[in-house]
Amino acid sequence: MTQEPNQEPFDEAEYRRRQRSRANMMAWMLGALAILFFLITIAKMQIFQ
Amino acid sequence: MAQSLTHAETALPADWRDLFALTKPRVMSLVVFTALCGLLAAPGHVHPILAFSSVLAIALGAGASGALNQWYEAGIDAKMKRTANRPLPAGRLDPQTALQFGVGLAAFSVFLMLFASNWQAALLLAASILFYVFIYTMWLKPRTPQNIVIGGAAGAFPPLIGWVAATGGIAPLPVLLFLLIFLWTPPHFWALALFVKSDYAAAGIPMMPVVAGEKSTRRQILLYAVIMAAAAIVPWPLGYTGALYGWTAVLLSALFVLLSIQVGTRTTGEGDLMRPEKRLFAYSIAYLFILFGAVVADHWWPL
Repeated sequence: MTQEPNQEPFDEAEYRRRQRSRANMMAWMLGALAILFFLITIAKMQIFQ
Repeated sequence: MAQSLTHAETALPADWRDLFALTKPRVMSLVVFTALCGLLAAPGHVHPILAFSSVLAIALGAGASGALNQWYEAGIDAKMKRTANRPLPAGRLDPQTALQFGVGLAAFSVFLMLFASNWQAALLLAASILFYVFIYTMWLKPRTPQNIVIGGAAGAFPPLIGWVAATGGIAPLPVLLFLLIFLWTPPHFWALALFVKSDYAAAGIPMMPVVAGEKSTRRQILLYAVIMAAAAIVPWPLGYTGALYGWTAVLLSALFVLLSIQVGTRTTGEGDLMRPEKRLFAYSIAYLFILFGAVVADHWWPL
């Protein structure tokens, strides 16, 4: 007798929600890093002047 | 083409909250605070943006260490009540994602430190991450009850890195602050290990109470507390700090030793609630926060 493995049903709505949530988080973080790197550059320019 | 999706493709992507939990945010708060204090207590002026970026790099480095620690110890965490609900043992995150996240975050934190401050601080940050992951997590923790003693060095790095980020060099005061956290770690962790002893025993981690027994652990908590108290006070007579820090260290350390005497001299029976041990563990966290706050206060507003 063979038994089917107990697989959870694929929830596409949850899959998309998590994808969207991670993509949004990544976008915010990349934006914040771009600003931070810009500010670090400006700060270093001020120090070296 | 949904029918051609493999299991990996249909598995749910990790929730960002689980990735955040992987960084051990509560541990990170102490790391950030001690690093900030090391940076603020250093002589000279640091540009606020560079100071913020340096502390952020240290926080990310600590988060990466925590993530790699959880990746390596997922199997052990699953056996302990305290850690069974972490993202990896609970099955909410796959190990490959955790590993990639940890390695990526570690590399980025070192790069950010190099960009924002200096190579000396970046080197120290890289060394502290490697020490925590390879020396503490992989080598010491599963092998010896001295894991916490030697591994405590990993948690002692942040104020030193903060100072080096600000000055580019090492001085006696940050080395003494390193020593203080190094000596604080055993009584702090062994107090915790006493009331979660069964968890560590179930997971096969050779923590001191499991291997050497409660009596020996209690004696060692007291011994380390006394040595730690001396290390906490010594920057004052050596002239590296003023009276504000000195008196704070004397009073707080005296209370630390008193609580350690309670823990160190008692014996417990079945069903003991372990109140003195829990009290010492909670106080040890507040102790470090207040003492490092006093280092900064003493530097900025000397008596």
